[in-house]
Amino acid sequence: MGNEEAVFFSRALTELTLSFHIIYATIGVGVPLMIMIAQWVGIKKNDEHYILLARRWARGFVITVAVGVVTGTAIGLQLSLLWPNFMELAGQVIALPLFMETFAFFFEAIFLGIYLYTWDRFDNQKKHLLLLVPVALGASFSAVFITIVNAFMNAPQGFDIVDGKLVNIRPILAMFNPAMPTKVAHVVVTAYMTSAFVLAAIAAFRLLKGSDHIYHKKALHLTVKLGLVFSLGALLIGDLSGKYLAEYQPEKLAAAEWHFETEGEAPLMLYGVLDGQEVKYAIKIPFALSILAHSNPMAEVKGLNEYPADEIPPLYIHYLFDTMVSIGMLMIAVSGLYWLGSRLGWAFIRSRWFRWILFAGGPLSVLAVEAGWWYAEVGRQPWILRGIMKTPEGATTSGQVDLMLYLFALLYLVLGVGSVVVLRRMFRRNPVEREIADREAERIAEEKAKGGDPA
Amino acid sequence: MTLEILGISVLWTFLFGYLIVASIDFGAGFFNAYSVLTGKERILTNVIQRYLSPVWEVTNVFLVFFFVGMVGFFPSSAYYYGTTLLVPASLAIILLAIRGSYYAFETYGARGHKGYSFMYGAAGLLLPASMSIVLTISEGGFVDIVGGNPVLDYRALFTSPLTWSIVVLSLAAVLYISAVFLTWYANKAGDREATDLLRKYALIWSLPTIITAGGIIWELRAHNPEHYARLLEFGWMFAVSAILFVGTVWLLWKRRNYGLAFWMLFGQFAFAFYGYGFSHYPYLLYPHLTIYDSFTNPAMATALIVAFILGLCLLVPSLYLLLRLFLFNKDYVKGKKSDEHA
Repeated sequence: MGNEEAVFFSRALTELTLSFHIIYATIGVGVPLMIMIAQWVGIKKNDEHYILLARRWARGFVITVAVGVVTGTAIGLQLSLLWPNFMELAGQVIALPLFMETFAFFFEAIFLGIYLYTWDRFDNQKKHLLLLVPVALGASFSAVFITIVNAFMNAPQGFDIVDGKLVNIRPILAMFNPAMPTKVAHVVVTAYMTSAFVLAAIAAFRLLKGSDHIYHKKALHLTVKLGLVFSLGALLIGDLSGKYLAEYQPEKLAAAEWHFETEGEAPLMLYGVLDGQEVKYAIKIPFALSILAHSNPMAEVKGLNEYPADEIPPLYIHYLFDTMVSIGMLMIAVSGLYWLGSRLGWAFIRSRWFRWILFAGGPLSVLAVEAGWWYAEVGRQPWILRGIMKTPEGATTSGQVDLMLYLFALLYLVLGVGSVVVLRRMFRRNPVEREIADREAERIAEEKAKGGDPA
Repeated sequence: MTLEILGISVLWTFLFGYLIVASIDFGAGFFNAYSVLTGKERILTNVIQRYLSPVWEVTNVFLVFFFVGMVGFFPSSAYYYGTTLLVPASLAIILLAIRGSYYAFETYGARGHKGYSFMYGAAGLLLPASMSIVLTISEGGFVDIVGGNPVLDYRALFTSPLTWSIVVLSLAAVLYISAVFLTWYANKAGDREATDLLRKYALIWSLPTIITAGGIIWELRAHNPEHYARLLEFGWMFAVSAILFVGTVWLLWKRRNYGLAFWMLFGQFAFAFYGYGFSHYPYLLYPHLTIYDSFTNPAMATALIVAFILGLCLLVPSLYLLLRLFLFNKDYVKGKKSDEHA
């Protein structure tokens, strides 16, 4: 296998693994927080439904965590297997957050085990809820540390290069690189947002499929509200990310926006097609790019023509960027309407078509996460470590990468189908109506056994 | 103690931790699948499930910790091993993925599903075989430098008796460690039938373990004389290991004190594992890579060690809590606590 082929297949396999892992990772980061909120609301309102909601989410969560853990292990090892030259270099500067991530993950794993198996050990639900705090913290901090590594790839610092060697290494400075604040915040908040909308989609789906139980309505109401909060957060941080890009990676922003000439009063282009350097059929929002980049409608935004042709990313990332932004905006609108409607008593938020939209919001949010990551990664090309190492230099020289790509594709197919089948089967066999009835019967039997009044 | 030695000691300790917990885990998966397929499910499944359920995810972290720490402390190992191990490590990841997820599918989604049990049982048996290849490669003689890049010589690797002895040892050791531990666990749970069956498995697998272990030392004499000479310097550690092995088998034979039997087994593997590790020093990969020429810069090493100490302050109490709630909790072990998962 020639080196060019090895690079191509290494990129393909990394992209495949990350694209698959990110679905489970996003759920893994966001859902513990949702479970925590539901359980807390249940305790506060003394409402069994929310507790049961937390419990059923936790049950499904285990399956997604398992796939998240094993695919996370896969990408962790693949970094060294597919990009050994990159890891040898980057490991010297950015190994610290990678190492810290394993601790966060360890912490999460231990308490998840405890949390899952102690539902009935405590009379006081609050104690049980406390066990979930380290799970949620561990999950979110895993995301923080890993995203720091990715931020470093975009804005490396904390070392000097003298005669081709890395010297004067400052690991902490490398962690707190300029890309870190916006990137970390963006990843974490969108994980919360996506998890909320995925859970909302499940509730909406149950309601569409004939169940009229108040349990699903409560679930939908809670998750859509949470989704609104986090999607507004995503909007705010997305705006700050634009300003970061304009300052530190202007070529990435310019490529996403098909912005060729450096100029002021730059408009934002949505969709459209490219004819040479001319953008056709795009939705043009005047001044918006200048505002996104510098909070000033007149501000000058650097264009792609300032860069050598071999240092700009592929221009199709424009569509990835637009997909991410459009879905984000759509979700703010949908959840905002739902929230307003529920306050003002608008009937349409309970209509079937609106529930279908809410249902679509789950998969769409996942798609937005995918598009966002593809944009982030492809937008950094041709660099693996911006300004220091180009992607082909980081890749393995080993053959057989193509064969591994096919094997892993098969693995992800098996895991993806398996997790869906198991989740469906799990909840089909034990619908919430039956579980509520069972628990009620159990409670009454217990009360009777104690000689009390079961009312 | 230099930073290099401190770093490798920490990592070697985590690898040892992984060796023990993963062996118990893999072996348990195999025994579970075996019992499901041969209709002895009734005897074994309960004990095994009770032990495995709350700890499966923790096992995996030991491994992640090891390889992330490896890249952190010894970045050049990422280059050498990363380049050469693409195929064997990828296969190990795939097996690990199948095992981990199918375990969860079976336990949480479809209790007693034969297909799932078989999948994770079989994957658990293939895993030690594929992982142990790394140890074989580290002995040298299988990696050539071609055009400045390391390349694995598969032909040499798969025709070497050393490779296959290490594979057999890893399999036998996994089943042996697991059976001894589960004998103790079943005994604590007061489950006579399961104890007897597991004790039988433990005795069966003790012999292949010790024979292949001895055989490997003998084969090293021809394969890597330098390492063999160093191995003899630490001969006393292997002697202690052998005595502890005899102790474990004797206790099992006499049906006595299974707890002590397990801790003697722990000691047996610790002495052998560290003896092997010390004698391997300073090489990470004979003869290309030592811990000195692959070591990271002092700034990163210090940062990693500080992070490690802080991390331990967080982990040790948490692990203790986990063990106290499940592994060493009499009511839980005996199944009196009605702790169903979520």
